[in-house]
Amino acid sequence: MSVQEGTAHRPWVDKVLTVNGWLIFAFLYLPILILVIYSFSDSKVVGIWGGFTWKWYNRMIHNPEMMGALWNSAKVAFISTIISTVLGTLAALALDRYRRWLGKGAFDVIMYLPVIIPEVTMGAMLLIWFTQILPVNLSLTTIILGHIAFSASFVTIVVRARLANLDDSLEEAAADLYANRWTTFRRITLPLIMPGVMGGALLALTLSLDDVVITEFVQGPGASLLPVYVFGLIRRQVTPEINAVSTLMLALSMMLVFISLAFQARSISKSKNKEA
Amino acid sequence: MTAAVSIRGVTKRFGTDVTAVDNVTLDIVDGEFFSLLGPSGCGKTTMLRMIAGLEFPTEGSIQIFGEELALRPPNKRPVNTVFQSYALFPHMNVEKNVAFGLEMRKVDKAVIKEQVADAIEAVHLKGMEKRKPSQLSGGQQQRVALARALVNRPKVLLLDEPLGALDLKLRQAMQIELKDIQSEVGITFIYVTHDQEEALTMSNRIGVMNFGNLLQVGTPEEIYERPVNRFVADFIGETNFIDGTVADDGRIRIAGGALVYARGDAPAGADVTLTLRPEKIWIHSRGAADLDPERNQLPGKITRRLYYGESIYYEIELEDGTLVDARHENIPSLQRRDVGDEVTITFHRQAAEALVS
Repeated sequence: MSVQEGTAHRPWVDKVLTVNGWLIFAFLYLPILILVIYSFSDSKVVGIWGGFTWKWYNRMIHNPEMMGALWNSAKVAFISTIISTVLGTLAALALDRYRRWLGKGAFDVIMYLPVIIPEVTMGAMLLIWFTQILPVNLSLTTIILGHIAFSASFVTIVVRARLANLDDSLEEAAADLYANRWTTFRRITLPLIMPGVMGGALLALTLSLDDVVITEFVQGPGASLLPVYVFGLIRRQVTPEINAVSTLMLALSMMLVFISLAFQARSISKSKNKEA
Repeated sequence: MTAAVSIRGVTKRFGTDVTAVDNVTLDIVDGEFFSLLGPSGCGKTTMLRMIAGLEFPTEGSIQIFGEELALRPPNKRPVNTVFQSYALFPHMNVEKNVAFGLEMRKVDKAVIKEQVADAIEAVHLKGMEKRKPSQLSGGQQQRVALARALVNRPKVLLLDEPLGALDLKLRQAMQIELKDIQSEVGITFIYVTHDQEEALTMSNRIGVMNFGNLLQVGTPEEIYERPVNRFVADFIGETNFIDGTVADDGRIRIAGGALVYARGDAPAGADVTLTLRPEKIWIHSRGAADLDPERNQLPGKITRRLYYGESIYYEIELEDGTLVDARHENIPSLQRRDVGDEVTITFHRQAAEALVS
């Protein structure tokens, strides 16, 4: 005891902290856990376990509206992710590389706006834009544009963080070794920022798959996305089918987040190696 | 003598108020090891980057073997660079890093393989071909950077403080190795450093820069023995400065009234500063009989003694209060001096340089 007087071990503190940790954990994840469990319950009422069944998953698959919404979600997520990743990466490069250009400061701030402003505001703005200013018909295309409008910013933020850690002299070295600008980008810059680009793309994909608010504003008649469809379903009735589709979405989202984390972890360990 | 690099009136300004390089004119001879030496921010790296094409001069001309390329992009110049941070591509292994330049020039694959293997062997990295830069030590990374540049057989190799990140022992070993490699391949090396000792030991010639100006160009001996101004004298090695004026007979009258001989061509009456290296000063006991009358003599008193192991530093206060440092090799035949000893210092008539102040 006398050796470590200053950092004396107090067991009760550890216990309290442990309990606290578990409480927070339970608060966050218990509802999700219950949802997952009851998606396999052969009972119409949540809270009563009716035995294990795949019934709700089966019904989900055979619900054409739900499957249509799922397919729409996949399409929107895929297209908006690709476009926002390209645009976001280009914006990150522009912000990082060009020391001064007209409006850079303003662009820098504006780029972060979609991350900060409430989704409702953004949804309303986009709706006004599409219906009053452009006048176009609301459709899957307007949803895709809406999703690009916010996810491109997230891609930019992630890619910029990666670019900030990139040694400028690497591109100079490539130029010194006879590479032209395009080759330098393809062989040096892009491979090195790829973890950031992939991380940003997965973030964009997750955001698009989960989005309700903006989609709700800019969707056209009869072409809804899965989260919005589920939301509408709940307003009419709560069925265990919703548990099933929610579990599916949860699994997909978690998978994407894990992949995204894996990419970022890889980039962190790489930059650590670089320092050593 | 062919000029490998011919720089004419090159000026580089950043924005309107920063002049990094100011009207530099310089010829670098084919096959020489040329160092650009100066404190940080003196413009030496900017000068090097302009030769590499990573910066373009605001004014002036840069020719490499007679070819004007001041405004040509770096990928179209017959030079290669070893960067200060090495700038190895972290996602490529040693072999791929070294092969990069040849690949970009669309050299035949079999030739690339052979030349890359040779280059890696030349820098003693055989067996490390598949390692990533992060798996190499600083010294090994340095060699990869060297191999990656040299494999392209550039007409001029540019090196930007390549040894700056290495520890002292490794740096000294790499200095010798670099020098050996340079004489083997026989290409012109332009070497940027702020380390005066490195520049002295490695270079055929040195260009000393400060505040964007090229102050002096010469062999290491010329730079050390005959500095053109106070900055060069002070930056290279250690020195004593003694103020004085040129007397009618060409000797220098220093404060306190003593007259000494020095080199230099300042006219009578001019204010000058003598620069006198500590190792050129001999210390004698006051009134010693064996003083060489051909040497300048000044009386003084030992005020400090610093023991460095291989040498001993003495600080001597001259009669007018000027403090002068003298360095003695630590050899047994030299008499030990102690603080308070009354002494006479002597130095050769050619030892001090009179700089117009």
